[in-house]
Amino acid sequence: MQSVITPTTQLEATALKVREHIIKMSTDGGCFVGASLSAADLIVYLYSEFLNINKYNLSSPERDYLFLSKGHDVPALYGTFAELGLLDPERLKNHLSLDDHIYWHPNTKIPGIEFHSGSLGHLPSVAIGVAMDIKIRGGNNKVICIIGDGELNEGTCWEAALVANAYKLDNLIFVIDRNQFQANMATEDLIPLEPLHDKFTAFGAAVKRINGHSFEALHEAFSSYPFETGKLNVVIADTVRGKGLPSIERRADRWFCNFTAAEVEDLLKELHGEQVTQLTSETLVVR
Amino acid sequence: MTYEELLTQTALSDERFIVMTAENRALVRNIPAKLGSRFIDTGITEQTMIGAAAGLALRGRIPVVHALASFLTMRAFEFVRTDAGIPNLPVKLSSFIPGFLSDGNGPTHQAVEDISLMRGIPNMTVFAPADEQDLVEMLPQIWNCASPSYVRINTRKTDHQHSPFEWGKAEVIAKGEDVTILTYGLLFEQALIAVEILRSEGLSVGLVNMRSLKPVDEAAILAATQGSNLTVTLEDHFLTGGLYSIVAEVLLKNQVTAKVLPMALHEKWFKPSLLPNVLQHEGFTGKQIAENILGYNTRSIQPEIAVPQFSE
Repeated sequence: MQSVITPTTQLEATALKVREHIIKMSTDGGCFVGASLSAADLIVYLYSEFLNINKYNLSSPERDYLFLSKGHDVPALYGTFAELGLLDPERLKNHLSLDDHIYWHPNTKIPGIEFHSGSLGHLPSVAIGVAMDIKIRGGNNKVICIIGDGELNEGTCWEAALVANAYKLDNLIFVIDRNQFQANMATEDLIPLEPLHDKFTAFGAAVKRINGHSFEALHEAFSSYPFETGKLNVVIADTVRGKGLPSIERRADRWFCNFTAAEVEDLLKELHGEQVTQLTSETLVVR
Repeated sequence: MTYEELLTQTALSDERFIVMTAENRALVRNIPAKLGSRFIDTGITEQTMIGAAAGLALRGRIPVVHALASFLTMRAFEFVRTDAGIPNLPVKLSSFIPGFLSDGNGPTHQAVEDISLMRGIPNMTVFAPADEQDLVEMLPQIWNCASPSYVRINTRKTDHQHSPFEWGKAEVIAKGEDVTILTYGLLFEQALIAVEILRSEGLSVGLVNMRSLKPVDEAAILAATQGSNLTVTLEDHFLTGGLYSIVAEVLLKNQVTAKVLPMALHEKWFKPSLLPNVLQHEGFTGKQIAENILGYNTRSIQPEIAVPQFSE
């Protein structure tokens, strides 16, 4: 295993801060807290260690690209931006305010957001276009597209895999946030995805399946980029929806949450290992 | 009666009905347990759901399909047009969080061109109820017509008692000589407030709940435009292709002119926030509607606007 450049403890500390931001955004209108918590570690890892993206190169054609196709996990991205100096943390308090542009899905008015999303299955294609141009121009930029596992229901994700294979886009990485849930229920109870590794392999991709909450595992996987010359890279990151909050982890009925202020206080303590919160706010599962 | 109760009752009493969803269960939460195999959730696959609905309709079924308005009308558009529209199959589209009801989701989820798109499909019928009672009033006829149909689902409550639904007819709430507001859907509740304010300013005010955008009640549009000095078209939709366009088409067809003030979204998506903020920011509260018509500010008080029960 290769050594992690940033100590794992520091990445974990950043991820903890990001989770605090997510929880604080889950009130006064709420947000998609479960999906944000599952994606938090991999987003923190990618921006901290893997991607050439910082506040000075956001307009540079040499930068790497991250496309957040899931979209509804954007609190994890904004929290990461806040911790890494891309976004003033004070602005997270403007969630859903008319005075800012921070709402339930990403948009390019926030510097660092490459493309808006919210309609599932769009950004794999957009990422392909960017990866194709990098190939045409002969650049070394890496292109990441984070895709939800439920999102894989959409046919365009699989069209994208076919096209990426046809054009040998080994500069493109699909990261699947495999948190085992779509909005209302477990993926395997509705539209089964497994064996997911085999599906992507059959589409011609080079696939790695890892623990998406382990910085060591993330580093080991991404250190071997490009996985195979001429092949689309796919990382299936096994994650837990609601990771960090036992009171909502793996609970189908806690997807979009609008917690009370008191619950937010308790959840922040729960995140730091104190007792599990007794949630009383109405469950909202409404996609 | 709620939407879900009506759908449950209808499907249980008529074997032809199939309830489908592209993993949008907010409106059909309790139906899987009651309908068994006649409930089908295709996952997040709007296009496949519409194609499958057409297949079910080929076998004599009446599929009532659910998805977020934006994805139902736009992602699956060609499937709706080609698989339900061309063969004129009774695929019944129930569109969730249309127009301003998508509040904080952002432009991806804003269906503010759905009326325009759906009414452009031959054979398609298009409806936009003012509230849940209006919705439940119109659905039996919609679900039993032989054509495909599109309904902007609106389960909000208002105090208004609606008259029975008549196919192709608007609901004329009041007639007025100075101003008549033509509206549909969510904004009906704000129009009621605007009418009160305008009346308190001494105007004679009419109000029409359009209900059906296709077929449209041409007589009601002509009566309003000919009977009032000013007609206002009020809608949470782009200016292009919605009620303002429909009124223009009706006037042109009948070779009459009228003074029409459109209130709609002009070449832009709306600012995402919670619904009461959205209405305020975009100028669609009852007070703002009235003051836009009057051309001056009043001392009227805008009643509180209920936050939607569902977010996404």
